[in-house]
Amino acid sequence: MRKRNLQLRANIIREIRNFFHVQGFLEVETPLRIPANAPEEHIEPCRAGGWYLQTSPEIAMKRLLCCGYDKIFQISKCWRDGERGSRHVPEFTMLEWYRGNSDYHRLMQDCEELLSFLADTTGCGNNITYQGRPLNLRHKAERISVKEAFKSFASMEMSKAIRTGCFDQLLVTEIEPALPQDKPVMLTEYPAEMAALARLKPGDASVAERFELYAGGLELANGFSELNDPAEQKKRFDEANLKRLQNGFPPLPLPEPFLNDLSAMPPAAGIALGIDRLVMLLADAATIDEVVAFTPEEL
Amino acid sequence: MYSVADLKKGLKLTLDGDPYIVVAFDFVKPGKGQALYRTKMRNMINGTLLDRTYRSGETFEPASLEDRQMEYLYKEGTHYTFMDQQTYEQVVMEEEAMGDAKNYLLENCKVDVLLFGEKAIGVTLPNFVNLRVTQTDPWAKGDTSGNDSKPATLETGYTLRVPPFIEEGELVTIDTRNGEYSTRVKG
Repeated sequence: MRKRNLQLRANIIREIRNFFHVQGFLEVETPLRIPANAPEEHIEPCRAGGWYLQTSPEIAMKRLLCCGYDKIFQISKCWRDGERGSRHVPEFTMLEWYRGNSDYHRLMQDCEELLSFLADTTGCGNNITYQGRPLNLRHKAERISVKEAFKSFASMEMSKAIRTGCFDQLLVTEIEPALPQDKPVMLTEYPAEMAALARLKPGDASVAERFELYAGGLELANGFSELNDPAEQKKRFDEANLKRLQNGFPPLPLPEPFLNDLSAMPPAAGIALGIDRLVMLLADAATIDEVVAFTPEEL
Repeated sequence: MYSVADLKKGLKLTLDGDPYIVVAFDFVKPGKGQALYRTKMRNMINGTLLDRTYRSGETFEPASLEDRQMEYLYKEGTHYTFMDQQTYEQVVMEEEAMGDAKNYLLENCKVDVLLFGEKAIGVTLPNFVNLRVTQTDPWAKGDTSGNDSKPATLETGYTLRVPPFIEEGELVTIDTRNGEYSTRVKG
C-alpha cells in the first residue's frame, strides 16, 4: 500500500515539474539552512547549527523576485517544530511558486489548472473519491470569502471570533467540515489580522489578498498577493514577535537582507502547496503517515 | 499536571471533577493559525463521550486512579460493597458502575476495584470464572431437534446458553469478556 503511494508520489512530483517547465517557470533551489525565517506567531522553526531550518522557502524566493526573476518554482523540504498529527509531520515537502507582475487571482487559476493536469497525467482521473466522498478535480473551484464562510457555517460572526481568539478553532471544527467536498474550494479574503506576508486588498483594508485551497476537506495551499512595502512588512514581523513574547515563545531574528531587498520587488504573487497532502488526496490516504517513506516515529 | 504535549490515546485525566480517558486524539493546525489539539474523551464513570479542542499552553489534572484488590462482601439494593483485606476499608459501588461484572460476582470473591480518589468506579474480573449451574432442563437423550445449546441459570442469577449435556449442580467456566460459556469444570 505504502509502496503504491510512494510510486504515486514520485509521479506527482515529476508531473508538477512538467506543469511548471512547460509554462516557462524556472526551477530554483535556495538554501534550506538560513539565519532567519519570516517570524510567525504560530510557527516554530527548528534550530540548526546556530541558524534555522527553513519553515518555507518564501524569504529566499522573494529575494529572487527582487533580483528580477519572474516565474520561479521550488520543491523543497521544510521544517516546523512540534507539528505532528494525522495531516502533519515536522519535516514535510513544499511546492512554492511565484509570479512577478501578477496577483492572487492568477494563482487560484494555477491551482485549478494544476489539479486538473495532475488528474490527467498521473492516471487518477478527474473524478476521484477521497475518504468515501466523490470529488471532481476539473470542476471550477468554489470561491468563498472567509467572512461568508463564518456567516454560513460557524456559530459565531467572524469579527467576534477574532476578538475572542476562537478564529482558528471555529475554522477547523465548524467551517472546514462544512465546506463543499465535491469540488475544490478557495477560501479567500483572510482578515487583515491574519495577513502575514500578504498585501491588503486595494479598496478594502480590512481583508488581505490571501486564500487557502481546500480539496476533499484537506487544506492544500496558502497563496497571496505579496506585500512589497518594507516598512509595513517590518511592522508585521515586529507584531508577530510581540505576540510570540506574549504567548511565552522567544522572539525570532528578522530576515534583514530580505527587508532591504523588498522595495525592489515588483507586484507579485506566491503560493505554498503541501505535496504530502496532495499525495494524500490523490492516493485516498487517511493520514500523512501513508504517503511518506518514514514517519519521525519510525526513525 | 499534563500539558497538551502529553495528550495521546489512553491518557487519563480529570475534567469537571470526573475521570476521563482519551479515546481519540489529533493535532490540527490551519496553515498560519494556532496549533489545536482535538480530543474525544470517555467519562470513566458514566461512559458519555465528550469532544474537546485545546490550545497550546492549556494544562490538565491527571486522574488519580488506583486498582486495588478487594473482596466482594454483599449487595444491598443497588449498592455493592467491597473490602480491602489489608486495611479493612470498605467501599460501595453503584450497580451502573459494575457493568456486566455483577453477572459473575460471588460473595467473598477477590477482584480488582478501580478507585478514583475515594470513589469506586469499576471492577476488573479475571477473564475466566467458575460458577455453578442452579437451573437447567435435563438433556433429552435422542433429541433430534438439532439444538446445540439450551438456557441455564447460574448461582449469580445470570442466564446464558450452555451445551445440552450440562446438568444442574455442575461447575462451568464463563468467559467474562463476552459472557459466554467456555467449558465444563470436571470433577
